[in-house]
Amino acid sequence: MLALDHVAQSYGSKPVLSDVSFVLSPGQIGCLLGPSGCGKTTALRLIAGFEKLSAGEIRIGAEIVSHPGHSLAPEQRRVGLVFQDYALFPHLSVEQNIAFGLSALPATDRRMRVAEMLDLVGLDHEATAYPHQLSGGQQQRVALARALAPRPRLLLLDEPFSNLDVELREKLSLEVRDILKQEAITALLVTHDQHEAFAMADVIGVMNKGVIQQWDTPYNLYHQPTNRFVADFVGQGVLLTGNVLNSRQVEIALGVLEGKVDGECSEEGGCVKCEKGCQVDVLIRPDDIIHDDSSLLMAEVERKAFRGSDFLYTLKLPGGGHVLAQVDSHHNHAIGERIGIRLGIDHVVAFRK
Amino acid sequence: MIDAKKAPVPGAFFISKQVGSLGPVAVATLLALLTLIPVAVVASAMLHPDQTIWDHLWHHVLPELLVNTLWLALGVSIGVSVLGTGLAWLTAACEFPGRKFFSWALLLPLALPAYVTAFVWIGLLDFTGVLPTWLRESWGITQLPPIRSRGGVILVMILALYPYVYLTARAAFQGQGRRLLEAAQSLGISRRRAFFKIALPMARPGIVAGLSLALMETLADFGTVSVFNYNTFTTAIYQAWFSMFSLPAASQLATILICFVLALVTLEQLSRNGARYATSARGGGGARRIVLSGANALMATSAAGLVFLLAFVIPIGQLLAWTHNVMATDLDARYLDFAWHSLMLAGLGAVLVVSLALALAYAQRLRPTPAMQFSARLATIGYALPGAVLAVGFYIPVAGLDNLIIDAYRDSTGEEIGQILGGTLAVMLLAYCARFLAVGFGPVETGLARITRGMDEAAQVLGTTGLKRLFRVHLPMLRAPLLAATALAFVDIMKELPITLMTRPFGWDTLATRVFEMTSEGEWERAALPAVAICLVGLLPIFFLVKHSDART
Repeated sequence: MLALDHVAQSYGSKPVLSDVSFVLSPGQIGCLLGPSGCGKTTALRLIAGFEKLSAGEIRIGAEIVSHPGHSLAPEQRRVGLVFQDYALFPHLSVEQNIAFGLSALPATDRRMRVAEMLDLVGLDHEATAYPHQLSGGQQQRVALARALAPRPRLLLLDEPFSNLDVELREKLSLEVRDILKQEAITALLVTHDQHEAFAMADVIGVMNKGVIQQWDTPYNLYHQPTNRFVADFVGQGVLLTGNVLNSRQVEIALGVLEGKVDGECSEEGGCVKCEKGCQVDVLIRPDDIIHDDSSLLMAEVERKAFRGSDFLYTLKLPGGGHVLAQVDSHHNHAIGERIGIRLGIDHVVAFRK
Repeated sequence: MIDAKKAPVPGAFFISKQVGSLGPVAVATLLALLTLIPVAVVASAMLHPDQTIWDHLWHHVLPELLVNTLWLALGVSIGVSVLGTGLAWLTAACEFPGRKFFSWALLLPLALPAYVTAFVWIGLLDFTGVLPTWLRESWGITQLPPIRSRGGVILVMILALYPYVYLTARAAFQGQGRRLLEAAQSLGISRRRAFFKIALPMARPGIVAGLSLALMETLADFGTVSVFNYNTFTTAIYQAWFSMFSLPAASQLATILICFVLALVTLEQLSRNGARYATSARGGGGARRIVLSGANALMATSAAGLVFLLAFVIPIGQLLAWTHNVMATDLDARYLDFAWHSLMLAGLGAVLVVSLALALAYAQRLRPTPAMQFSARLATIGYALPGAVLAVGFYIPVAGLDNLIIDAYRDSTGEEIGQILGGTLAVMLLAYCARFLAVGFGPVETGLARITRGMDEAAQVLGTTGLKRLFRVHLPMLRAPLLAATALAFVDIMKELPITLMTRPFGWDTLATRVFEMTSEGEWERAALPAVAICLVGLLPIFFLVKHSDART
């Protein structure tokens, strides 16, 4: 439904995007995730038609909408857009906002479509209210309804939940996902918040410095990051130095890890098969460390953060180095206390030094 | 731990006593009287209308005045709206050669009083003017539309007053950011249509605000219509005053004019309250303008250039040329007097206006009650009252007071004395304060609003309260707004014509009255000399305005 093919863009001599390619199939929800300034918003604006690309091409359906020297006007793309600040028209009521993109329809059809949209986002009672009379969450829903009303081929969402408080953010992102799935909308979201990305998207592209680092499912991004940036940006964790014993074993300070050692890619050198004896960094997630009082391996609690359902402990290993451990919140240990831990890893993620 | 709320705050007692005192209320009430008294005085003439005067006005004067005023208001409204909004949109949202320059250059005509623009154009286009003479002698063209006509006065007023709409509309367009236009585009609306569906409706409050300012100036105008011999209420009041010596007639005319003004003020209030569109979507900045190219760019540059030429370059150029001609013969010791009178009046008036404005803004801050707010509105509504009305409205009570004093003096001593207040600057300064209080109040109020409660409280817990706080915290922070307010009031008073003309002591001329005197005799060249001085001083606050209105971006 949406395809970006080797898309590049630059402001003057400064490259903003380089070689961005991905495909969204109909009904799929994609996400571009990355820190601010990584180029994700530029990518979104290119797809919407507000920017012009310098190389590559963008297709919506079968139609080429952007290639160097040609850019279909935004108003002709039939792409819906939900803005970070919603950009509701302050001089129009909720229903007038939703009807804004429907001027081609006869009046009766327009009224029906508006009613349908109001119903979809659950704002039937606010139809005649003005944007400033609504709460943040309601404004968000109006913005969604307004973008969906003209039945766009593709929906783009720019940091759609960043103006909401955390609780509402989670609730709404699930709600919006349900609505998009129910209507079988193809959508692309950009955000810097991985929780938002995980809650909404079927497939996520992690971006840094204008390049897509990994295009994958949320599960794979967390469990099988293909480079250090993704490993660091998505989820928590530490890298521990390890020694490769053979293609199925790595030795680290906590013991020997069993599992296929297949992530031996360095950031610059590409993937080179790592032979016996080469040095790697092994990714240890907080949920890879299991607290076990019977374990002989002891580590000292250096910091702790209570997170309600669990604790996040920062543990100092006997031979130096630190790991993070996610521990059930019943296990309340004091700082300085030594607790037993063991490894619970079923897949080794290692990057060549 | 000490409960911060219950801990004794140094000076808290003093503060609460101060807030509880009647000071702020007294200040606001006195300043509200500044507009209420002249209106009441003038309107009271309607309570006992003199039948013969009223019949005369009704049959011989009013029909023409009404028709003239309505046409003028209509023509100027349409003209300044189209010109001001169009130019504002071009410089705020489009890109064309010269845009940056025109962004601020189009504000410069604000420095020229409308009556100056008026006499320059009459001098240029009248039968004996430069252009018609040249056309007659070189081309034999004799049939030109007369400049001294309804169309002429409307055109000149548009050229002089469009910057009010330009300024407010431009601010409104810039405040919109580009996000909303992009939202419209993503919904399938082209940028051209988005202008009419989004940008224009959203800028409407700003446009109406500028338009009502321009219309107030139109109704208050005396100088321009006098130069054109176009009879309106202000010229009629002046004639009733000086030719007929009839205060009742002047009062009755003034009352009718006040009705027009009140209608306008109501409209302006409605537009203020009705729709101030709050939007979070101001993002996007002005970076992405509609880039005009080819014929469109040429048209944009020509349109902006033509307006700039007609409203500023030609009038200023002609003024300088005329001044050059008469400099040697006309510039003499009298001019020292004119300039001194102008500077003294403007300086005295500006300091008075700004002091009162500061007092009012402070009173409102100490006591932010609805009643106070209402008083402040009343006090600052004087800007809508035409100078001719204020002159009459203040002259009558002051003359009455004078008579009381003279009578009392005669009764007690048996000797005759002349008028005491009537022949001084008192009436003039009172009228200036009433008319220009809003000019000073606006910047001061905005400036004061930037000093937050938190800063006040911080100063308070550090032991700095009352006057000490005023001098150590508020005045230093208010320096820029106070300066801006003083400059604006100074220039407005210097340009002011009807109040000065009607209430000055006998034979006491200023630059502005000198311009009026020379233009009423058709001596354009000799009027240019004092006019240039007024315009040059008038440019000063425009630079303030340009600096603070981000018109340069």
